Amino acid sequence: MDPILEILEHNAKACPEDIAKMLGKDPQEVRDTIKKYEADNIILKYKTILNKEAIHDYASDSNAEVRALIEVKIIPQRDRGFDSVAERIYNFPEVTSCYLLSGGYDLLLVVEGATLASVANFVAQKLSPLENVRGTSTHFLLKKYKEDGDILTAGKQSDTRLQVSP
Amino acid sequence: MKDFVTDTIKNLPPSGIRQFFELVIGMEDVISLGVGEPDFSTPWNICEAALYSIENGLTSYTSNSGLLELRQLISKHILKRSNVRFRPEKEILITVGVSEGLDLAMRTILDPGQELVIPEPCYVSYAPTVILAGGKPVAISTDPAKGFKLTPEELEAAITDKTRAILINYPCNPTGASYSADELEALAAVAKKHDLLIMSDEIYDELTYDHKHTPMVMCPSAAGRTLYFNGFSKAHAMTGWRIGYVAGPADIIAGMTKIHQYTMLCAPISGQVAACEALKNGAPAVEKMKTAYHRRRNFIVEGLNEIGLNCHMPEGSFYVFPSIRKFGLSSTEFCTRLLTEEKVAVVPGTAFGQCGEGHVRMCYAVDIEDIKTALSRIKNFCSRL
Ligand SMILES: Cc1ncc(COP(=O)(O)O)c(C=O)c1O
Repeated sequence: MDPILEILEHNAKACPEDIAKMLGKDPQEVRDTIKKYEADNIILKYKTILNKEAIHDYASDSNAEVRALIEVKIIPQRDRGFDSVAERIYNFPEVTSCYLLSGGYDLLLVVEGATLASVANFVAQKLSPLENVRGTSTHFLLKKYKEDGDILTAGKQSDTRLQVSP
Repeated sequence: MKDFVTDTIKNLPPSGIRQFFELVIGMEDVISLGVGEPDFSTPWNICEAALYSIENGLTSYTSNSGLLELRQLISKHILKRSNVRFRPEKEILITVGVSEGLDLAMRTILDPGQELVIPEPCYVSYAPTVILAGGKPVAISTDPAKGFKLTPEELEAAITDKTRAILINYPCNPTGASYSADELEALAAVAKKHDLLIMSDEIYDELTYDHKHTPMVMCPSAAGRTLYFNGFSKAHAMTGWRIGYVAGPADIIAGMTKIHQYTMLCAPISGQVAACEALKNGAPAVEKMKTAYHRRRNFIVEGLNEIGLNCHMPEGSFYVFPSIRKFGLSSTEFCTRLLTEEKVAVVPGTAFGQCGEGHVRMCYAVDIEDIKTALSRIKNFCSRL
């Protein structure tokens, strides 16, 4: 992978000037490359990763969400395979992630809702009744330990090194 | 009670780093570029292997020489890198860090008054371990204009009839200087001509950025007369595990093992188990950390030169050694004022030998955001000088 993308993937705030310094490139060249990646949909967008586990610890926060992983068995469609059924499902805004898998079921969804009831409702009212859905199995998420490479449970690790050493 | 501390110890100068350390402790909000170790934790597969061994009761002494499996892995590792084979049974010793290996070597090869040649600036332990072994360190001041690289002529000029060995470290702490195969062979040829032992501390070998590291043992003139020192502290981020090793001629290794057996018995077993895992499965993590250091190196060198601190591009290790000469301060004054006025800790070049005057050492094994903040503080500081 282009080191520019690798740096941005870990730090969306890295500015072209700094990236250029790190890679020994010209800042303008880096700027142009990033623009091209944006135009070509290689870079989709720049997001901030929140530690929602920690947000929930703030008592005042009433927006605590409920998340569920839902296994879905579907009936593939002639000519279009799983894609058209998946599209019907992933377009619901409640579905935050959707993967096609090999094995005992076909789709794995991550579904978010404000309450347990709203997620249950989504499954009962929207997902299960779909014509090509053969069955679902819902797992409510209790705790997130690690997500996309970031460990969420631990506090920020402090630097325990001596400040001056040989 | 009478004074029990020997004159040798009283006269041993305290480490310049230690003195500076005393200044830093207790200060808040300091960004430290004064460290000498990785900012990464030991990769988890290595920690996990050690945990598993502890759970399984591997808590005993090992053989004096170290776990045979580890010596075999090291032998294979060196073979792969240099095409030179050291026999695990007789030519490799596992030590408590390279630090212990250096000490053992000095005590094994030096009789009172014999000389050991050391190019400076260099790692702080070299001269003291020579003195403690009863030997005499002979410093060669290397030239900043030549990137602090030792030349065969400088080496030749330092040799007397008392010289036993030369100790070279590359990539270098503190300068980051390294050598090509030809440059090494030219130095080795001088050692061979005078029948000297070569002690080669290559603890930063994996952290070489622009070319491939050449192990000293590969040089024709160095064959059979080289003690090769390496360890796990730097490349594998394992400073606290305290594991290093020495490979070299069987008779010297046997002598070193004798001292090690009486004074250390063996290196810690958990560390040795961890080191086995590092050699078996550690390469991808080393590569990842190296990539991070490489980018930070480019970043800090560019940043320092922008500020006007003249800084050559170090070939390896994780240090830069910029010149502060133009500000007219001694390196200790510069560091002390930078610390008290802007809360950035860097180490005076003189901690690494007198010829380090006019330079400071900065370590870039630090998060890039901290490097950025440190650079802007250094810029503020320099603009006032
Ligand atoms: C050049 C050099 N040699 C040896 C050492 C000591 O390493 P170890 O942790 O293996 O004792 C260091 C540590 O800073 C070093 O920089």
